[in-house]
Amino acid sequence: MSFLTLYLIFFKIGLFTIGGGLAALPLLQNEAMKRQWFSQAEFFHMVAVSESTPGPIGVNMATYIGWDYAGIAGSLVATFGLVSPSLIIIILIARYFFHFNEKPLVQSALSGLRPAVTGLIATAAFNVLTVAVFPIQTFRENGLWGELFDPATLILFVLIVAAYVKWKAHPVFYVAAAAAAGMIFL
Amino acid sequence: MDSPKIHLNELYFLFFKIGSVTFGGGYTMLPMLDRELSEKRRWVTEEELLDYYAIGQSTPGIIAINTATFVGYKTAGIPGAIAATLGMVSPSLIIIILIAAFLRNFNEVPLVQKALKGVNIAVAVLLIFSVWKFAQKTVKDIPGFLICLTAFLAVGFGGISPIPVVALSAFLGIVIPILKRRKK
Repeated sequence: MSFLTLYLIFFKIGLFTIGGGLAALPLLQNEAMKRQWFSQAEFFHMVAVSESTPGPIGVNMATYIGWDYAGIAGSLVATFGLVSPSLIIIILIARYFFHFNEKPLVQSALSGLRPAVTGLIATAAFNVLTVAVFPIQTFRENGLWGELFDPATLILFVLIVAAYVKWKAHPVFYVAAAAAAGMIFL
Repeated sequence: MDSPKIHLNELYFLFFKIGSVTFGGGYTMLPMLDRELSEKRRWVTEEELLDYYAIGQSTPGIIAINTATFVGYKTAGIPGAIAATLGMVSPSLIIIILIAAFLRNFNEVPLVQKALKGVNIAVAVLLIFSVWKFAQKTVKDIPGFLICLTAFLAVGFGGISPIPVVALSAFLGIVIPILKRRKK
């Protein structure tokens, strides 16, 4: 398989993924299994690494698979393949958007759209909350109240909320402090 | 833009920074974008960020990249779109290549798992405050509140794709004012 093929495979994945990087996973898995790049277990390991490192999950996955296929060059080719559709499509849309976005009709449409996107952010917040702070899924599986309301987790959660209300510092500060606190107390 | 070149560097490194401290991508980078782009630099308003998310969510491509590309285009045209996108993917490239080459069991290190648990708690807090802030900015009346709540319930609990929700809310944004005028 050539670099061009690798590029095109990831271009296709980028083109058919709509929404978050998680939406790209089934497509990635499909391509990988079809070409026997790696086993199911290896794929899940890659997903775990991609979820536990900074950066969008889809991009992390593309970089990882590209590396396994052809080292640094493979990483670059796969990742640029994945983001190429975004670049092309968003640039085309943005051009039109900034042409029309001052029009009253578009402004009205946006006035309806913005509360909806706020609702979508609320969904994302709820999802992170029910994994990181109140792990509902784990509770359903094992029924342990102690895991649903873990004292150390709750204390850290309340402390971060209090620190945010008090200082309103840069988000990076809270992420770094929470990582350090997690290593020590969780 | 007095010096586009400096601006492109700034865009690249700004998104490099955001990409290297955002876990999960997509919506989880919103608090960082808001802080860096709206509050600190005033390159985009908070409302505009939401518009880009709406479009990034409903078009092909990964939402984190789509939104970065959009912001880059807004601030510095096509070169800006490319600079922002490259900045966004650079940390992933560096970190994942290092892990794939030297530390393949990185995610199984207990200390890493504990740090991540902490990080996710912070991400949850930051997102909750973002929701609060954006709700104050965007939810101005009862229809707006209903749109926000319905979007939350439909996507969060109804398993409905965000795309029809986004499309319908844009349609309602056009129709509701017309109906209101008719009543008067």
